[in-house]
Amino acid sequence: MTGKNTYAVVQAEDEIAAIGMAVGAGWAGLRAMTATSGPGLSLMTEYAGLAYYSEVPVVIWDIQRVGPSTGLPTRTAQADLTEIYFLSHGDTQHIMLFPGSVNECFDFGWKAFDIAERMQAPVFVLSDLDLGMNLWMSNPFEYPDRPMDRGKVLWEEDITRLNGEWSRYLDVDGDGIPFRTIPGNKHPRGGYFNRGTGHDENARYTEDPEVWERMMNRLRKKYETARTFLPEPVLRSKDGAKAGIIAFGSSDPAVQEAQDDLEKAGMPLDYLRVRAIPFNQLVEKYIQDHSEIFVVEMNRDGQLCQILTINYPAYAERFKSAAHADGMPLTARWIRETILALKENENG
Amino acid sequence: MADQPSVVVSRQQINLIGLAKTDYKGAPTTLCAGCGHNSISNQIIAACYELNIAPECLVKFSGIGCSSKSPTYFLGRSFSFNGLHGRMPSIALGGLFADLSLKGIGVSGDGDTASIGLGQFKHLVRRNVPMVYIVENNGVYGLTKGQFSATAERGLSLKKQGTNPYTPVDIAMEAMISNATFVARSFAGDPKQVKELIKAALSHNGIAVLDIISPCVTFNNQDQAIHSYNWGRDHEAPLHELSFVPARDEIMVEDFQEGDLKEVTLHDGSVVILKKLETDYDPTDRWQAMRMLEEAHSNNWLTTGLIYVDVTPPSFFDLYNLPDQPLNRMKEDQIRPKRKTIDEINTWFY
Repeated sequence: MTGKNTYAVVQAEDEIAAIGMAVGAGWAGLRAMTATSGPGLSLMTEYAGLAYYSEVPVVIWDIQRVGPSTGLPTRTAQADLTEIYFLSHGDTQHIMLFPGSVNECFDFGWKAFDIAERMQAPVFVLSDLDLGMNLWMSNPFEYPDRPMDRGKVLWEEDITRLNGEWSRYLDVDGDGIPFRTIPGNKHPRGGYFNRGTGHDENARYTEDPEVWERMMNRLRKKYETARTFLPEPVLRSKDGAKAGIIAFGSSDPAVQEAQDDLEKAGMPLDYLRVRAIPFNQLVEKYIQDHSEIFVVEMNRDGQLCQILTINYPAYAERFKSAAHADGMPLTARWIRETILALKENENG
Repeated sequence: MADQPSVVVSRQQINLIGLAKTDYKGAPTTLCAGCGHNSISNQIIAACYELNIAPECLVKFSGIGCSSKSPTYFLGRSFSFNGLHGRMPSIALGGLFADLSLKGIGVSGDGDTASIGLGQFKHLVRRNVPMVYIVENNGVYGLTKGQFSATAERGLSLKKQGTNPYTPVDIAMEAMISNATFVARSFAGDPKQVKELIKAALSHNGIAVLDIISPCVTFNNQDQAIHSYNWGRDHEAPLHELSFVPARDEIMVEDFQEGDLKEVTLHDGSVVILKKLETDYDPTDRWQAMRMLEEAHSNNWLTTGLIYVDVTPPSFFDLYNLPDQPLNRMKEDQIRPKRKTIDEINTWFY
């Protein structure tokens, strides 16, 4: 581009402005992201809700540290899951990605934009301080293996072809994802009014009860569609395993080591590393196929375990929470001993 | 969209780009009859029509409040983003990056700008983001039954609220202190001045703050209230008589025969002509502007006009070395780095 920049970086005055800028840019057709940690995420909550409801693509990286409050700002945790899962007032459902290595951080870097633009929604990527601020061994970064997905965008010629008949929030394809236009589209019928207030298919303000419910149900349908666009879970199996582990993110090396140790100790377990919410169908199948699931994570309350229980209530009794947070990364020893203790309790 | 008017009725007057004034209309207003905000909406319509700005070439932004509802009521064909309370500036900043040929116009209120949004407002101003920023200033929260806002004058008494004990925030002064490059104050009851100022603001390559006293007829329109129609009509003291001459028009000096004239040439070649009234006022003098605002504040004067303008600083987007082609129209080969870039990055590590 003859020496011109095709990007811009703005140091915002605060986290609220940071997400505001990113949402504004995402709305206007740019790939926009911001990065923060737990306290910043709290500040970004209101715009996250608006982006969800008015369907604006934006990427937010959360490099998790230890909360609540300022907590241990120089230490690591995986404790923002439920915050993001429920982020905003009202009914929301957010897309969450869990990179487990430096390479996955790189890959999810560009994939998150594809997903955000395809789904017209905020995408939250949950790294953590251990992954984000320490030195790691990694394989060389790989060039994207597919073209950019810019999602369903209509330009002037598209609207001309449609004789000006299009609706911003209409589910044309049955996947819950509507078409959008972006500022700069010069067709006289190209523009629309983006709002956080109740709106109909044509983005007009309305308080009609049926319309409100219809819009919210379509958003739920769109969230269902998202399952198929997100990174699949990674399975690491062991011969003869009847029970399994579910974990995510940077605990991966420790979980693998614990899994190998437990196999040697006569307790073969499969291990599924989930990489996204909403969960892929393979997660449900994995739960169905295992009589007992140890959910390993770095927080006090077993947040992933809670979310799994909400999603799969019929299997709630299978989930055993192995949760721990003291600011340090999980160790293979702690995971192994905790799983053995949980097993012991059961037998005892 | 299907429900919006786009057909030009024959024999209707049209502007140089073939649009009728109806092409600039929005949805019918739901604000109170007589609300100053409706008058401002009408002047935005008139200014854009007369300046031949296609609605598609302008993007509207707003926050929360009566004022922030008003973008629905003008330029229905334009893109618009109604954001959060006090957080419109960040949306506008991000959004306007996408296509630098678009004009931005933000509509806010005294609650949205002077209370919750004071921080984002001042940061937008200090960055000199090129857009028009209108504050429809009425001193009260009209949408929630008329509580005092941060711009209400000390001592203002309202039936349901009692007496306001706090000193007000002066939006024009806040803009000045943050190094705004275009600051004006006006009065919704003076539509001609409002329109000329909007036109000038649309031609400015930087932030243009318009603090417009816009009376709330329901909650704050008693004769002695500074934000009322009667006070404004009786007390408005314009700094000058202001006329905007677009770049393409030749300035006819004979139109401005009487009195001393000052000219300010804006970024796009258009000119603001300021005719001297009672006293000399130089809107390029920062200290005079601040002194005037301070005097107006301590004497409860409604001094209106172009308070300050500086056309020389670069706009926010001038700092980013961006291409002419809009960023949001770039194709993959223009924005995704080449494979060799990743190979280079990998060589730093391995």
